[in-house]
Amino acid sequence: MRFRHLLAGVAISFATLASSGVKAVEIEYWQYVFDTRVKAMNQLIAKFQEANPDIKVKQTTFPYADYQTKVAASILAGQGPDVVQLFYGWTDNFISGKMIRPLRAEAFPSADIERDFFPIISAMKRGNDYYGLPTAVRSLALFYNKKAFKDAGLDPNNPPKTIDELVAAAEKTTKRDGSGNIVSAGMTLDMGGQDHQWWREVLIRQFGGAPYTDNDTKVAYNDEAGLKALTFYTDLQKKHKVGQAGFMDEGQAAFRAGLAAMTIDGTFRLGSFGTIKSFEWGVTELPANAQGMRSNYASYFANAITTKAEGEKLAAAEKFLAYVSSPEAMKVWMEVVGELPARRTAALTPENIAHPVYGPFLKGLEYAHTTLFKDEAAQRQVAIDMANRVLIGGEDPKTSLAKAAEAEQAIIDRAKR
Amino acid sequence: MSIAVHWETAPSGLWSRMSLGQKQLIWAWGFLAVPLLFYVVIRFWPTFQAFYLSVTDWTITRPASFVGFENYTRLYADPLFWQVFRNTFLYLILGTPISLLISFVVAYYLDRVRFMHSFIRALYFLPFLTTAAAMAWVWRWFYQPVPIGVINDILSSFGIPQQPFLRSTSQALPAVLAPAIWAGLGFQIIIFLAGLRAIPTTYYEAARIDGLSEGAILRRITLPLVKPTLVFLVVFSSIGFLRIFDQVYNINTNDPGGPLNSTKPLVLMIYQTAFSSYEMGYAAAQTVVLFLILLAISLLQLRIMRDR
Repeated sequence: MRFRHLLAGVAISFATLASSGVKAVEIEYWQYVFDTRVKAMNQLIAKFQEANPDIKVKQTTFPYADYQTKVAASILAGQGPDVVQLFYGWTDNFISGKMIRPLRAEAFPSADIERDFFPIISAMKRGNDYYGLPTAVRSLALFYNKKAFKDAGLDPNNPPKTIDELVAAAEKTTKRDGSGNIVSAGMTLDMGGQDHQWWREVLIRQFGGAPYTDNDTKVAYNDEAGLKALTFYTDLQKKHKVGQAGFMDEGQAAFRAGLAAMTIDGTFRLGSFGTIKSFEWGVTELPANAQGMRSNYASYFANAITTKAEGEKLAAAEKFLAYVSSPEAMKVWMEVVGELPARRTAALTPENIAHPVYGPFLKGLEYAHTTLFKDEAAQRQVAIDMANRVLIGGEDPKTSLAKAAEAEQAIIDRAKR
Repeated sequence: MSIAVHWETAPSGLWSRMSLGQKQLIWAWGFLAVPLLFYVVIRFWPTFQAFYLSVTDWTITRPASFVGFENYTRLYADPLFWQVFRNTFLYLILGTPISLLISFVVAYYLDRVRFMHSFIRALYFLPFLTTAAAMAWVWRWFYQPVPIGVINDILSSFGIPQQPFLRSTSQALPAVLAPAIWAGLGFQIIIFLAGLRAIPTTYYEAARIDGLSEGAILRRITLPLVKPTLVFLVVFSSIGFLRIFDQVYNINTNDPGGPLNSTKPLVLMIYQTAFSSYEMGYAAAQTVVLFLILLAISLLQLRIMRDR
């Protein structure tokens, strides 16, 4: 008998516990682990909860490598986040898996989105519906080591403006030992980093081509322009010998260590490079071609509402999404993470444009392109292998380019099925 | 207290009529059921599920539909699969004999060392305790070009041209294999030592009295008697090398299995197909092939090496 009393007691205490929690709606927010992003989101959640005491937001994070799998598996199992962060390139996958829902037009009118955000927001639109909104966008720029420039007799306040000047500056800043081994690179070569984006959306266009046609479903770089772009890239190592793929393991590591004078990287690297103490660095727009034509690659992580959110959780999720894509949140995000605001008015303030670090990235946004990846990792691998066939295998760039085009087209076609 | 009373009084009918033997049997199976159920749910069921998935086109986000043997024909026609197949067998064919030879030699001589025996044994065992990922990262830096790569620094200080190691399609696989062999040595040495210790010393004494040479003792007594240990280690390390993954993945995370797929083993291809491209059906087909290879090799080895 005593046992039954105990059971009843436990049941009652559980019931009271549960009912006391009912007052606040709890929603879950998921993103991948990246120190500054988590920190920024914690700040945003604190501010949001202060303004909305009836809503509690729980943040969950995962390593980037498992992120997509975990999100997919948990939402399909009816658990997981109400608001989820996703890379713009995963949108098709998330929609076809019925993992995210279109934003309600009453809460997020399309006209407002199109007026306020940078044009690259179109990557989140399917039909008439938007499926998510970014807090921040990222673009590429050329980082350069001012100390290395000074040591090589270059003006540290006059970084390369064209790709020819880039090669010239790289030649001057490269240091070699007695046997000709590079001990400090002029320019990093790292296709696994951001170089594949630079090659795809910038170099190919600067040599007069286009990486894809038909809404990024047809590979179009297997032509004269693509060949020139690839040859330019591989010549940095083969002909000019100003860099070496795999030098210091990664391009960003080489730059950080002060062993590379220049590297191309994104806004997301600012936090990490910001801790460099041993030398001063600068940022400049990606170099133009001889005709002055520039291009850039922009990308972003958007926040979307999942199909799991219903009823009052949906309302809370909409409020939260509206807050994290507000100008105020964008300001916090830029200060903490270093990523650029996704709204024009929040981004293009005179103060930001004149900023020595943010300025070059913001200018890049105006002429940036966004690749609609089908399988980003696999498409990047195609670019890595293409460069490696030339750099390691000694294959002729033309053959390697044709193989890459064929392999990438196969990946895109398979994803369309 | 009240729980115990409840348990003993409840099944008054059937349970009290059983004999002691029957009760023991029920208890035994009651306990055995837990691991059995665990194995069925965690191991066997997913295995059969994999066979089923291999004939579908499941991609996590889209529901699975039956496609027959399409995944297998695609695998057969995929040049990457054959490259990966070759790599996997290179890991096996190089890794197993080299690691067993080294570990046997070390164990054979370590067995005779009395001075600091435990300390030396512990030193050999230490790498086995280290996380493969951490080790791969350290070796990854060893293999770097100058100025940070230790090995290349040494080479160039002797005037030998620096080697590309991980940046070469021919040197990368041995370079990845070396730390994997090194990491497994400790375990194999311990097992070999146990095998050597199990041989009765009277055999050696008798052989020495009869005037047999050390070489003859090794060939006629030690090797035949250590054979069961050897069979175990061959099977064990073969499976280990056929499933090699963490060393390969971590030594080159920017281009896993690269450069140009020259170090990619089958398990890594499965991982990438499943968790990077989300082609679960295709990945399941690769898993079935790996399963069949492992099964065939294990059976073959057991057959060849069993006592006639």
